[in-house]
This record gives sequence, C-alpha cells and structure tokens, in this order.
Amino acid sequence: MNYASFIRGARAGIKSLLLHKTRSLLTMLGIIFGVCSVIAMLAIGEGASFEAQERIRQKGALNIILRSKKPSGDASAGGAQRSYIADYGLKYADMERIRHSVPGIKRMLPQRLEAKRIRFPKHAECEVVGTLPLYREMIPNDMVAGRFLTDWDEREQKNICVLSEDLARSLFSHESPLEQEIRVANRAFTVVGVIRELSRVYQAGAGTGGPVSEGRVFVPLHTFRSHMGEQNIRRSAGSYQVERVQLSFLTVEFNNENDVARAAPLIRHALADLHKKQDFVVEVPLDELRALEATKRLFSFVLGSIAAISLLVGGIGIMNIMLATVTERTREIGVRRALGAKKRQIIAQFLMETGVLSVVGGLIGVVVGVFFPYLLSWGIHAMTGNEYRVVVTVWSVLMALGISVATGIAFGVYPARRAAELDPIEALRHG
Amino acid sequence: MDDHAIIRLEQLTKTYDLGEVKLTALREVDLVIEPGSFVAIMGASGSGKSTLLNLLGCLDRPTSGRYILGGVDVSDMDDDELSDVRGQRIGFVFQQYNLIDQLSVVENIHVPLGYQGRELADCRAQCVDLAGLVGLSDRLGHRPKQLSGGQQQRVAIARALANDPVMILADEPTGNLDSTTGKEILDLFCNLHAQGKTIVMVTHGEEVAKRANRVVVMSDGRIVQDVRRTPTQLVPA
Repeated sequence: MNYASFIRGARAGIKSLLLHKTRSLLTMLGIIFGVCSVIAMLAIGEGASFEAQERIRQKGALNIILRSKKPSGDASAGGAQRSYIADYGLKYADMERIRHSVPGIKRMLPQRLEAKRIRFPKHAECEVVGTLPLYREMIPNDMVAGRFLTDWDEREQKNICVLSEDLARSLFSHESPLEQEIRVANRAFTVVGVIRELSRVYQAGAGTGGPVSEGRVFVPLHTFRSHMGEQNIRRSAGSYQVERVQLSFLTVEFNNENDVARAAPLIRHALADLHKKQDFVVEVPLDELRALEATKRLFSFVLGSIAAISLLVGGIGIMNIMLATVTERTREIGVRRALGAKKRQIIAQFLMETGVLSVVGGLIGVVVGVFFPYLLSWGIHAMTGNEYRVVVTVWSVLMALGISVATGIAFGVYPARRAAELDPIEALRHG
Repeated sequence: MDDHAIIRLEQLTKTYDLGEVKLTALREVDLVIEPGSFVAIMGASGSGKSTLLNLLGCLDRPTSGRYILGGVDVSDMDDDELSDVRGQRIGFVFQQYNLIDQLSVVENIHVPLGYQGRELADCRAQCVDLAGLVGLSDRLGHRPKQLSGGQQQRVAIARALANDPVMILADEPTGNLDSTTGKEILDLFCNLHAQGKTIVMVTHGEEVAKRANRVVVMSDGRIVQDVRRTPTQLVPA
C-alpha cells in the first residue's frame, strides 16, 4: 500500500466514522479513558516516589551515614535509678577504625549535634552542630552571607559560628548578623556566616527531643568538644540524666558505587567489638534508592496493568462496534467485492477505520491524560491542603499511545477478517 | 475455439452441497455470447438463472465445466484473480442500485477504478464524463440518498462502465423502478448496446426482454429456449 492510497484510505475511514459521530465518539471513549488512566496512574506512581527519591538523593548515593542511637535497653535501666549516665554512640576511635579497615573511602565527615538555648541577643532554642569545614562540600548547601568554618577555626578552636538562614533571620531581623555576637550555653560566639541548608537529612538528629529548634548554629568541632564537652546534662523534675555522646553522625563518602555496596558489612564488622550494644545505625542511601526504585517499578507495573485493563476494555469496545459495523455494512462489502475489491483491500478498509478510531482516541486520551494528573493534584491540594506531586513522563505518554493503537488494531483484525471472508453472493443478497 | 465469442460456457455445472442433499442448480450448460449482444436471461425462480448470473459475474466458481471470458479461462481462478476479473472485465448493475451511501456520485463511479489502483484525482475527468453520459452532470457531488431511484440506477450504470468492461451484467435493473423510469433505464441500456457494449440482463419482464436481441430461457438448471431476434425498437410499430 503506497502513501497516496494510505491517505485515501484514512480519509475514507474518517468519512465513514463521521457518518455515525455519536457512535464513533462513544467507541473512542473507551480508548480515551484507557490512555488517560494509564498516563495518570503512572504519573501518580512516579510522583509518589519522587519525594522519597529526592530525600535519598540528598543523602548522597556515594555516602554511608552512621547515626548514633540511644540503645533501647538503657531507658528501662534509667527508670530504676534517679540519675544515671548514658554513654553511647559513635566515637572518634570508630572513625579511625573505619578509615583503616574499609577500602574505597574518599573522605569522612563527623558531626556532633546538641540542643542548646541561645540567651543573647534573644532567647531561642537551637541545635548546635559541631563539624568540620568539609561540611560545606559534602552536604548540599548555599552560603547566603559571609563564610563557612575554616581549618584555621578548627585548629585554633575559634569561638566563631555560622547560623542557618532561619535562625539568622529570627535573631537579627533588622541588621546583618555578620560580626555580631551570640551567646549559646554561656559562651560567646562571633557570627561569621549564614548558610542555607538544602538537605534535611541531618536535622532533628540524635540526642534531641527537647523543645522545637528555631535553627542551627554551626561551630568548629574542636571548639564544640573543648567548650561544651561530650556530656549533655538534662534536668527534669528532681532528677537529671547525663548523656555522653562523642559523635552524632558520621558520613562516609566513597569513591564509587561498587565501594559503597561492599562497605556496609565491613563497617558493621569493624565496629562490632567496640559497640557491644546496638548504639548506632548504618544507613546506605544507595540501597534505599535501589529498594525504592524496585518498589516504584512494581508500583508502576501494578498501576499500569490496572490501567491497561481499561485499554483492553476500550479495545473490546472497538471490536464490538466494528463487528456491528461489518454486519450493518454487509451489502456494501458485497458490492465492493463485486466491483473488484480483493479480500485484503476489505481488510485494509476496516483496519483503517479501527486505526483511525484508536489513533484519534489515543491522541485525545493523551491530551486529557497529560492534564488530568495535574488537575487531580490541584484538586487534592485545594481540598486537603496537602501537596500531591505527580510527574508525567514522556515514556508513559508514548507507551499509552502505543498500547492504544496496538489494541485498536489488534481488536480490529477480527472484524476486518470477518468482513473479508463474507461470501460476496451472500453479502449482496443481505438486507 | 471461436475467438469471436466474448463468453463461452462449456458443460458448466454448479452443484450445492447442502449436507445430506446435493442440489444441482446448473446442469451442463453450453452458451456462447458474441460481442455486442444484448442478451436477456429469463426464467422462473429456482430455474438456475441466479446461479448462472453469479457464475457469469465471477462471484462463484463452477463445480465442473469451463467458463471462458474474453478469451481467458476463469473457471479455476483463485479469489484474488477473480476479484481482478470482476474489477476489470465486468460491470455490475443491481436491482437495488447498491451505491455506497457515504460516497458522492463521482466517488461512487470511481470505486471500481480505485480497486485497480487509480486515484480519484487522476481520473476525475473520466468519472465526470461517465456521469454526463448517464445524464447526471448536475448531480456530481450528491449523495445517493439525495437522488431518485432512477438517478441512482444511472449512477450504477456509469459505475459499471468505469473500467470499460467487456460485459455489463445487469440483474433486474428495472425491478425497483416505476414503468416510466424503467423505460428510461432500458433506453440507456439500448443506447449502450447501440454503441457496441455487450449486455447480459436477467429479467422477469417480457417488455424488458423484447428490447434484447437474444432471449435465453432457463428452467430446472438448463437452457430450454434460446431465441435470437431483432429488437422491437428497430421494428416499425
């Protein structure tokens, strides 16, 4: 079949479909809904995992994150006594142990977090973060003003700090925070910079649980260690408890993904004899990402399959109506055969009609299907106030369109063949 | 073999297998039709004339015997070959007109040409000429439903002429028309005959048969009468 006769066939197909506009539209609805639901389902599936993927990506695919965790057994022991000292979590020694026993490490970033109260220039709850200048490179962030911690600060145990953007705004609403002084836990620090954190992975860290923090204060780790010590005394109604934690987080960055995949058991093994209790957890973002992707694939497959069933129903609708059309146009088929049409020309004619139905239906479905998820997302936002993210991907659109056309044509073959196999004599006598 | 014949049937037999019964609709029919003939085939229903018509129209294959159309043996052709023979050598005119509703007059005339691979754009002039030949120059864009029965039958005749067939096969072409319109259509056939077309027409009507120059009467699957004569129109009343 050449191009010109293809065009003529398509035009003839459109023409005979336009003879029964309502019927054609109703037939197409099946395909329209099918395509629309395939695209929408996949967009919802994609959107649902998008946030989680983003969060994991913020942790860094090449990182392994060790997080200090208060062992569960200690809480009950503390209940019996009035006061006790809880000594747990990651130590500086662990860092050295890992550095020497696990291959492929590029660099390591320790962090110590502690909830403290700022007393000047005004009262505020904050989280003090003792860390290294490396933080700036390893954890996603933007410098808003001034500078970050330096090696000099670290070595000299400078009493300087960098404020998170939100805290800087609430402490110094009408003036630049740079070169200003703040007092945290009875110690004075000079503000040298303001930072915007782009990752929330290390916030609400271990050891907190007190009042809601208004922001974060970054100080050199060395300063933190010598001025604030490793003990955190928490007083409550006649008792107090002391926690001794050296490091809250240890982020280990590797050279490549293969090293990451091997490292987690090595790290656990290296630290096993130093930590009799389960007082730290190992997070492997790469594993989480892979697990999530596997889940997402399954999710998309299930959602897509459900939607594909509606496409199937649409296809059956097309087949049904085409069978009716063949019966209705039996005499026309007989006439065409008498006038010289071969069987395959009859097949081509009817396939062209189903093709036009499914292609037009598919295209309408794509247009509706691309907008529908956003409408849904907007509707959910308007009604519940929750952000509901949807992501329409190009491949989902192409897939939906491809399946709809394939379904339409596949379900068009049977009616078309039935039309072609009619006995011309019988067909001419029909009706 | 007589090369002069346009149609030659030799011992043509058609048997329908109805399961337990075998029904022989056509028994060893021999018939020769010369070019330029106007043959009327008559007979009661069940006489085998419909079967003969289907065989002549290459819509069916004989059980035995041979059918030579324009020098070509079509008795053992397959479905695609028969389709080509129908499209190229035979022009059909039906009692029910059988135009295609969604197509205009010109497009209907073009249908047989389309199946021979000719685009409407390339042969529109020819189709328009044919419409003029049957007196419908002013109805080119009309749909069949917008035309009277007589006009529809004219379109059907123009369509039958489109591929310049060796034979026009007409099945009761006036059966659905009133006598005046029927006469007009018959006049049209006579004109075509006068121009040298070969016409084979199945009919019940004696009046119709009188216009033919040969009348073949069928009964019980056999030709029982075969009369050649001068058509009445040429005889002064």
